[in-house]
Amino acid sequence: MSIFEYNGSAVVAMVGKNCFAIASDRRLGVQLQTIATDFQRISKIHDHLFIGLSGLATDVQTLYQRLVFRHKLYQLREERDMKPETFASLVSAILYEKRFGPYLCQPVIAGLGDDNKPFICTMDSIGAKELAKDFVVSGTASESLYGACEAMFKPDMEAEELFETISQALLSSVDRDCLSGWGGHVYVVTPDEIKEKILKGRMD
Amino acid sequence: MGDSQYSFSLTTFSPSGKLVQIEHALTAVGSGQTSLGIKASNGVVIATEKKLPSILVDEASVQKIQHLTPNIGTVYSGMGPDFRVLVRKSRKQAEQYLRLYKEPIPVTQLVRETATVMQEFTQSGGVRPFGVSLLVAGYDDKGPQLYQVDPSGSYFSWKASAMGKNVSNAKTFLEKRYTEDMELDDAIHTAILTLKEGFEGEISSKNIEIGKIGADKVFRVLTPAEIDDYLAEVE
Repeated sequence: MSIFEYNGSAVVAMVGKNCFAIASDRRLGVQLQTIATDFQRISKIHDHLFIGLSGLATDVQTLYQRLVFRHKLYQLREERDMKPETFASLVSAILYEKRFGPYLCQPVIAGLGDDNKPFICTMDSIGAKELAKDFVVSGTASESLYGACEAMFKPDMEAEELFETISQALLSSVDRDCLSGWGGHVYVVTPDEIKEKILKGRMD
Repeated sequence: MGDSQYSFSLTTFSPSGKLVQIEHALTAVGSGQTSLGIKASNGVVIATEKKLPSILVDEASVQKIQHLTPNIGTVYSGMGPDFRVLVRKSRKQAEQYLRLYKEPIPVTQLVRETATVMQEFTQSGGVRPFGVSLLVAGYDDKGPQLYQVDPSGSYFSWKASAMGKNVSNAKTFLEKRYTEDMELDDAIHTAILTLKEGFEGEISSKNIEIGKIGADKVFRVLTPAEIDDYLAEVE
């Protein structure tokens, strides 16, 4: 069994019209046993930048702490927030530093860049960036997520419709994956506000 | 001077609270060739005298104004070899930032890192401070910027500044001539006039160097032909 499947996870991000949504499941397991049903996989870096991390839970937490550390120092030194593209380059560099003993996570980065243009990307555990214009997925449920997103995604959705789409894609995908699920955690971010919602799906 | 007893070691303060080696470094800067910089509303210009020790020196091979990045340039007063070392270190820092963030380094960040290097050489064993003051000119998202960095590691943002032999006359001249809404071409003319003030001998495109950066965010050293054009306009 792969170490990436030890804890179970599902993360997805989608681009809308001047907004983005990022969602994850809430299960933390130790192989077949469920340990927690409120595990936080998505974290805010600043008001217009979020990162979701799938994979081994300990690395998810440690990597998040390291990235927040780096971003806080950047904010103090440069007196500004990091752009999403810049942050993605930073995450890629940090992951590659551990090329021969990597963090066992796959990040999903979503943010609003200059002119409130949505930016999403994902990378593998050693920092190979993959930019996308529509959606990115990661975690044990990634194959189902690819299928669901491809079917349900439309370009230029407004925030309300984007929320519905990403929620349906997430819930239907984690239902096909025994290691992820126990509800969903969705953030929809527009230039003016962040909407956070908890989803109740099949609680197994 | 009682202070001279404390000028042997860099890491020892004198009773008057000074680090005498840094004072001496500033003296070295003050006896170097004049250089100056002016920040205009739409760009920055830096300029320096290029007095060569003999007419036999190939003046085209001497480049006192250097690029640090495509949109940041620098000039110095003081010891040329120390300048070369700082330019090399700064260029490396700028490239490291680019490699990490895939974003060009902001001018303030590069100035701060260069100043940190200069400060390290005032607090380490067995080294001496750099005998140069730098003028760093750049254009980034915050607009045109001009910074001066001293051997102590302190840095200042200037609207216009001068360093080297003729510093007090040059600064007085700049104070009179500087206006907030000056454009880049006016600033270049003013820079030439300021250099002319304290110039020994005939000013020409062979014995001054001018670098400029405008809203196109590309730092360029002017060719002798371009300097001749500006000199003609000034006459």
